[in-house]
Amino acid sequence: MLTKRIIPCLDIKNGRTVKGVNFTNLRDAGDPVELAEIYANNGADELVFLDITATEQRRKTLSELVMHVAEKINIPFTVGGGISSVEDVEILLNSGADKVSINSSAVKNPQLINELAAKFGSQCIVVAIDAKQVEGEWMVHLVGGKVPTEIKLFDWAKEVENRGAGEILFTSMDHDGTKNGFANNALAHLSSLVNIPIIASGGAGNIQHFTDVFIEGKADAALAASVFHFKEIEIIDLKKELKNNNIPVRL
Amino acid sequence: MKIVIINYGAGNIQSIKFAIKRLGYDSILSDDAEEIKSANKIIFPGVGEASNAMGKLISTGLDKVIPTLTQPVLGICLGMQLMCNHCEEGNTQGLGIFNYDVVKFDASQKVPQIGWNQIENLKSKLFSGIDEKEFMYLVHSFYVPLNKETIATTEYGVKYASAMQKDNFYGVQFHPEKSSTAGAQILKNFLEL
Repeated sequence: MLTKRIIPCLDIKNGRTVKGVNFTNLRDAGDPVELAEIYANNGADELVFLDITATEQRRKTLSELVMHVAEKINIPFTVGGGISSVEDVEILLNSGADKVSINSSAVKNPQLINELAAKFGSQCIVVAIDAKQVEGEWMVHLVGGKVPTEIKLFDWAKEVENRGAGEILFTSMDHDGTKNGFANNALAHLSSLVNIPIIASGGAGNIQHFTDVFIEGKADAALAASVFHFKEIEIIDLKKELKNNNIPVRL
Repeated sequence: MKIVIINYGAGNIQSIKFAIKRLGYDSILSDDAEEIKSANKIIFPGVGEASNAMGKLISTGLDKVIPTLTQPVLGICLGMQLMCNHCEEGNTQGLGIFNYDVVKFDASQKVPQIGWNQIENLKSKLFSGIDEKEFMYLVHSFYVPLNKETIATTEYGVKYASAMQKDNFYGVQFHPEKSSTAGAQILKNFLEL
């Protein structure tokens, strides 16, 4: 049986992890490779690296990091952040990334999704969508939720599927950082609307939230950052509890 | 031991090279027929779209070389699919090593299948030391139906062939290079056949 995936997300700047982490056994707390190895050994199903570097060297720094990660870890990983062209994607995939995620660049140039899917296959193209509710309607936002658009979440989700996205990473900006649980209603609706896997993001605070996102939110995977980085939740404990609730997981 | 990874522009070759290196072996990438023929073990990778990939094999003449190889060959993911007769993806004629057609999952399941699923009914030295129902990482929209050369099965709406063997040709739908320690064991088993 296909299992539900647990995905820690690492924020990267200039090749280093940026959000504080609380792993006392790390030799170097800012080394994404070392952190990735720990997660891979502790039961993470996949990893996401989100690059927020804004310098001219970003392409080179990121591809070097991807190469180092691929050298060390034996589970799949996705790279996102600032990817806007076929060339960007080619470099990252050739360096060893399994999937790439695109966000703003897809909104600005939806044809990019078609081009990437045709060249590399849908299976490695994740479209990340940030959205929040505006007067009761889920609207797509850019730049980490700061810039609103006129695009409705559910319309956009359907469009990215039709254009060849292999997966959707949906972050609710209303839930992100709250630790009050995922946007389960919106997620369940998304899941009924499109026939590609949905990764839920934003709002993880405790183990029950993950049970809820898989049962009520019908998500295929759940992504979180701080609850894992600060060891508020151990992935192995989380997976045991999910299994107790009859949610299929890899243990 | 000489290990050659067939290089025909397919994605994610780097991950396979690294996985082999973690097992303590070196490998080389090559699209040269003589180099490939002189290897002890050959890996036929594949991530991407079937008709593009087959087009590249034809343009380099490797479509004629691969079916004539006599040493152990391991096709991974699209590599395994291209070893079949025909792929529904892009209506592509394959290499015909396995006489089966590759078809698309129906819409009763989310497509592509992405994630960790179990392999069972294991029937090959390739799976020495691997437990029934071990988890492997899979990413695919198309599958090979059960057949008499099936050496592992997986269920996703339908039960299908997640690994096959015919003579010296092995194919796995999953990614051993991305399937944690169990995947590494399968790669090791192949290299030590």
